[in-house]
Amino acid sequence: MSVVLNDVRGRSLLPSVVSYAADGSVEVGYSAEAKQSIDPKNTVISVKRFMGRGRHDIAHIETLPYDFVDAEGMVKLKTIAGIKSPVEISAEILKTLRNRAEASLGGELTGAVITVPAYFDDAQRQATKDAARLAGLNVLRLLNEPTAAAIAYGLDNSAEGIYAVFDLGGGTFDISILRLSKGIFEVMATGGDSALGGDDFDHRIFCWIIEQAQLAPLSPQDARLLQTRAREAKEQLSQHGQAPITVKLGSGEYVDLVLSTEVFTEISRTLVQKTLAPSKKALRDAGLTVADVRGVVMVGGSTRMPQVQHAVAELFKQEPLNNLDPEKVVALGAAIQANLLAGNRAAGDDWLLLDVIPLSLGLETMGGLVEKVIPRNSTIPIARAQEFTTFKDGQTAMALHVVQGERELVTDCRSLARFELRGIPPMVAGAARIRVTFQVDADGLLSVTAREQTSGREAHIEVKPSYGLSDDEIADMLKDSFSHAGDDAFRRALREAQVESQRLIEATHSALQDDAELLSTLERAHIDAAMIKLQTVMSGDDRRAIDGAMQALSAATNEFAARRMNQSVKRVLAGRKIDQISL
Amino acid sequence: MTSFDLNFAVDYFTLFGLPRVQALDLESLENCFRAVQAKVHPDKHAHAADADRRLAMQWATRVNEAFQTLKSPGKRARYLLELLGHDPQIESNTAMPAEFLMSQMELREAVMDARAAADETALDDVRSRLLNEIGVEYERLAALIDVTKDYTAAADLVRQLMFQEKLLNEIDDALEAVTA
Repeated sequence: MSVVLNDVRGRSLLPSVVSYAADGSVEVGYSAEAKQSIDPKNTVISVKRFMGRGRHDIAHIETLPYDFVDAEGMVKLKTIAGIKSPVEISAEILKTLRNRAEASLGGELTGAVITVPAYFDDAQRQATKDAARLAGLNVLRLLNEPTAAAIAYGLDNSAEGIYAVFDLGGGTFDISILRLSKGIFEVMATGGDSALGGDDFDHRIFCWIIEQAQLAPLSPQDARLLQTRAREAKEQLSQHGQAPITVKLGSGEYVDLVLSTEVFTEISRTLVQKTLAPSKKALRDAGLTVADVRGVVMVGGSTRMPQVQHAVAELFKQEPLNNLDPEKVVALGAAIQANLLAGNRAAGDDWLLLDVIPLSLGLETMGGLVEKVIPRNSTIPIARAQEFTTFKDGQTAMALHVVQGERELVTDCRSLARFELRGIPPMVAGAARIRVTFQVDADGLLSVTAREQTSGREAHIEVKPSYGLSDDEIADMLKDSFSHAGDDAFRRALREAQVESQRLIEATHSALQDDAELLSTLERAHIDAAMIKLQTVMSGDDRRAIDGAMQALSAATNEFAARRMNQSVKRVLAGRKIDQISL
Repeated sequence: MTSFDLNFAVDYFTLFGLPRVQALDLESLENCFRAVQAKVHPDKHAHAADADRRLAMQWATRVNEAFQTLKSPGKRARYLLELLGHDPQIESNTAMPAEFLMSQMELREAVMDARAAADETALDDVRSRLLNEIGVEYERLAALIDVTKDYTAAADLVRQLMFQEKLLNEIDDALEAVTA
């Protein structure tokens, strides 16, 4: 039913490579890959590793050929076409995919499901969503990659029971433990390492070559060339017992080596080990043992390595499942879920997906310690509130520092956002009651609210961490990208508003058709009037009038939406009681 | 959003239409949870208007919280005792029988020794021993709450179980440190 779309030359995969030229033009995928050895500085490979990451987070940064610019929260890269944020670079890849999809499917996309490693933290997720927005995609959901794979596998095989998804990609490792049963995919625990993947195995071979061939310090071009050869050798070892490595470097030096499976296994042993501890931890978090696991689904190209296959078989005491293409299964699962989210499946023929948050969320408290507010592996969406108080007489402001991670010290966790709650009425120390609420949505994204409760007056602030990219910056980037593409930003925004209006009107119509009896005559009249108003302005070109009319219609239907939801819950429970009685 | 009627504000048992008991039928709980979540989950409203999506998130959040609370016997007991007006006062009341404290101290020492010796098997042993103990205590707890309705004794037992669950977390941390 779902397929992976090919490009015009029949290739399904798009290499994660973006190459910038002096004239500002951008190449993505295979054509960019061809430039990696010629122009390594301006050719970015695996940008995913830099998403939502600071300079100190990036492994082997000294061996990378890029000019990094340390920006607040997230690194940026200085290229010949200007300074680029990983979000912009990633958006180029997403744009290419969007164009491919629109060309194949004919017409504009309703929305997209974007997959992310399950172990991505909030900064990485937010950066990914920003990139999708920048690429002009309506994000229906951020979906965890192992979960997407489980959907594809589970539906394909009518699998029931406990399954582990072992996902070793190019730059990230995820392990998820799921319970599959009729109509439900429940993630019980997830774990991983967002800086462990095939690239690290390449790096081990790369270092081995340098050591064996006793090479002098390499130029960026030679380094890239050797990295490519290292990757090719790794891929060859998945099929054969040994791989020859012969290269003539720009420096004039020759490399002529043979890498055997035994040596590769030895030099990558600690990397394979690094996948086992998170796997055991995820099982413990799920309250399960190896004996409970019915199958281990292998995902990601790096699981083709024989030593990985052996290690997984040994840990889980069973042969892993390799019957789906490890490089396509995530995309297939995402497509299947997108079809569901777009409302294309009938009730009863659908399923429920319950995912979790991979890392604990907390606040900094006295002495640089972390107070956990939401523990890892909580089912999302979730909200938790915690109360704090002032520690000085007359204190009117309080600084809040939101962090993510499992460690006790703030300095060992990822800093997500800092903000200040002001306007607390002066009181004696310890008298104020400040309630901080964390809400994580179905995309795994956090928003934080703080409120002082004792006084009648409420101070209130809401923060959505955005990692160096404000909404204004995104708007500017969008404008830039449209002027480059020769598109008209104004007309595009207008068209988006019109599409959105149409969607809102259709949704309201269908709600009225189903549940009009929940409204009084007066309420109904309000909604009808707001709908007519929106219908009148939406065909015009006054963007602000359209936005205003949309807001008015939303406001008029808020109450209605709440009643409809209540009614549907009542109905489903009433239905259950009748079932039970009739049994 | 002032309009949530009783459905949203009611206690977790009522939300799922289940009896207020500690010996909860977990299969019914799960079936009710799935039925309700299948209606309110944001995935079912992904293509709807903003207001609906916001509402779906709030509902799904509440339903998840209710399910997680009722699913875990420890959380369920704490929640139920609070509903019954017998707050176990986990924060303020730390009195425990001496005998219990002794046995816990022994276990804790065993954990510390095993951690120092990086002995994964020993840690797994202590872990399953503790899990068994906890399982037995939960059965006793259900009898205290549902049958004899001795809420004071139940509250005492809840506090002990909190202690044991904390130790379980420490074992998990130790296992993580040892296997890393």
